[in-house]
Amino acid sequence: MSSYLESNARERVQRLFDAGSFQEFLPPAARVISPHLGQLDAPVSFDDGVVVGSALLGGQPVLAAAQEGGFMGGAVGEVHGAKLVGLLRRAIAERPAAVLLLLETGGVRLHEANAGLIAVSEVMRAVLDARAAGIPVVSLVGGSNGCFGGMGIVARCTNSIVMSEEGRLAMSGPEVIETAGGVEEFDSRDRALVWRTTGGKHRYLLGDCQAIVPDTVAAFRQAAIDAIAVLRTGPVELTLEALEAEQALLAERIERFGALQDPLEVWGALGIGQPAKIPMLEAESFVAAARGHRLGAP
Amino acid sequence: METLIYRFENGTRELPQQAQVVGVVSSGNLEVLIEAASLDGACVIEIKTAAVGFGATWAAVMHDFYERWKLADTRIAINDMGATPAVVSLRLDQAVETMLGTSA
Repeated sequence: MSSYLESNARERVQRLFDAGSFQEFLPPAARVISPHLGQLDAPVSFDDGVVVGSALLGGQPVLAAAQEGGFMGGAVGEVHGAKLVGLLRRAIAERPAAVLLLLETGGVRLHEANAGLIAVSEVMRAVLDARAAGIPVVSLVGGSNGCFGGMGIVARCTNSIVMSEEGRLAMSGPEVIETAGGVEEFDSRDRALVWRTTGGKHRYLLGDCQAIVPDTVAAFRQAAIDAIAVLRTGPVELTLEALEAEQALLAERIERFGALQDPLEVWGALGIGQPAKIPMLEAESFVAAARGHRLGAP
Repeated sequence: METLIYRFENGTRELPQQAQVVGVVSSGNLEVLIEAASLDGACVIEIKTAAVGFGATWAAVMHDFYERWKLADTRIAINDMGATPAVVSLRLDQAVETMLGTSA
């Protein structure tokens, strides 16, 4: 059983979709590389750190992108972002069953400054445009670099997020918080704290992700198939009602947990019997323990 | 960054047309893009490396690689972030084996 965490972007697209079905757009041989990194005398990658293409998932046509966390932490530069935007626009024209975003990224690629920032905002708009056109967009978050910064926002702009416990999802990364707020605010070297705060289990309990799976490519594949099946039964467009419900959920979180210091206290406040045991549970027993307690669940 | 180009003439082994890429441009690692190309029987390897000043080592590793495979009409492009010679050799072999469909 292959680990999603340990796989690179190309291994993920080969193993997650129906065997042999992935067809890459702008493959490495096309050499569409960053125009900025060379000027900075920095290494480039022939795919600019993201693999995009079409595939079959359980026999259904999908479009997919996989970010390579190994290349500059999966950070989004101008070309990388344009590949994501192009894929999402293509979805509106081709109308696949869904777009899958296999996200592993620290957010914007700082080397590319405004071009990278604009790229990330264009990806957000493209996700919402695809949804408005009736195309479901699903994020998978299970890489070792997590999903942070502007791409954390992109993930939350999609219809559904599938995470593993090892996956992390947040706006500011641990080191950023420590740098800005001090070590007493957040100790980025405390790995248990980092995963309690940004990891898949906390996101699941707070209603930030819709599914949590064991760290295997097969589990992510099945969860993606399940997520698409659910999404195709209803509208996928972002609505004012959904935004207002999200705002209410966030307000409730601040109200209930704003004064708490550690996710363990939050889990206790959610009614979890023995919060200290949560980090040790396997995905299946964790989901059982979370049932009836997690926010945002029907 | 440093760019190094090596050309080996009179190869004997031709590869399939489908280009392949292996490896990732991350610290201590490299990506290898391998393609069939009309080069009068030669194998041309272009390296862009973040580790400046290791030309003699690259020359030795490339020579050994060519002796192992004797590739003809093959273009190889490498983006390197300080991979060790052993890693470079393994990646190059992986690239050829992926081309030949003999890798795991």
